[in-house]
Amino acid sequence: MVTNGVEGLGVLGDPTRRAIFELLARHPCTVGELAQQLPITRSAVSQHLRVLKDGGLVVSRAEGTRRIYRLNPDGVTALRAYLDRVWEGALTAFGKAAHAAPIDPEQEDQ
Amino acid sequence: MTSTPTVPPLTGTITVDASIDQTFRTFTERFGSWWPAEYHIGQADMATAILEPRRGGRWYERGVDGSECDWGRVLAWEPPHRLVVTWQINGQWQYDPDPAHASEIEVRFSADRPDQTTVQLEHRHLERLVDGQALRDGITGGGGWTSLLELLAKAATNQA
Repeated sequence: MVTNGVEGLGVLGDPTRRAIFELLARHPCTVGELAQQLPITRSAVSQHLRVLKDGGLVVSRAEGTRRIYRLNPDGVTALRAYLDRVWEGALTAFGKAAHAAPIDPEQEDQ
Repeated sequence: MTSTPTVPPLTGTITVDASIDQTFRTFTERFGSWWPAEYHIGQADMATAILEPRRGGRWYERGVDGSECDWGRVLAWEPPHRLVVTWQINGQWQYDPDPAHASEIEVRFSADRPDQTTVQLEHRHLERLVDGQALRDGITGGGGWTSLLELLAKAATNQA
C-alpha cells in the first residue's frame, strides 16, 4: 500500500495545465497562441492560466493590447513543482521495488 | 525578519511491507533498479544510477554510452535509519560542484513492525539551487529548463 504524502501542487496534476506549462517553458505566449496549439478554447486556456498564476508558476505582462504569459522567472516555485512530481514518481517506484525486492538468501528462512 | 526567503521543503512518505534493513538496502544498494529512468540529466539515456554506500560517496548516473553525470554526494550514511545526500543540479540541468548551491535530501527509515517500514523523505534548501544566475537564464531562455520540462512531459505521459 502506497501512502504518498508528497505535498501536492495539484496545479500540475492536470494534463492540460502541464501542456500549457511546457509550452510556456519554450517561449512566452498569449492566450490565443496557446489555444492554437491545444485542443481547447481560449476561455479554457484562460481558466488554466489563472490557476497557474495563482500557483505562482506563471506570470503575465501587458504588451500593448496583448497580454503575454511566461513561466515565473524566479523559478523557485516552478522548480519546486517539478521536483514535487519527481519525488512523487520516484517514491511510488521505490515502493513497488521495495515490495518486489528479492530477499537475501540468508534472510529467506522466515 | 530580513533573512533570505526560503522555499518550503518538499516532503514525501511511503510505507512498504519489508524490514527496515531490506528497505534501506533497496533504497541505496539497488537505487538504480527503482529510480525512474526518465529522471536523468545526462545527454545519453540512463543505464543506471548509483549511490555509493558511504559518507562522502558519489551519487551519479551512468549513461548507456558509459558516460557518468554526478548528482550529488552522500552527507550522512547511517544504515539502516538515515541517509542524507546533496542534490546539486543547476538550471542548465548540470551538476554544480559549489556546495553553496547544493540542496539536501534527507531520508529516514523507521520500522513500524519487523516487516513494515516507513520511509520519510525531505528535499530541502531548494532556494540554494536557484541562487545562481544559471537557473534564471535557463528558465527564461529555454535551454536547460526546456529540456527539463520535456522530461517532465515525458514522465507525465509515461505515468498516464
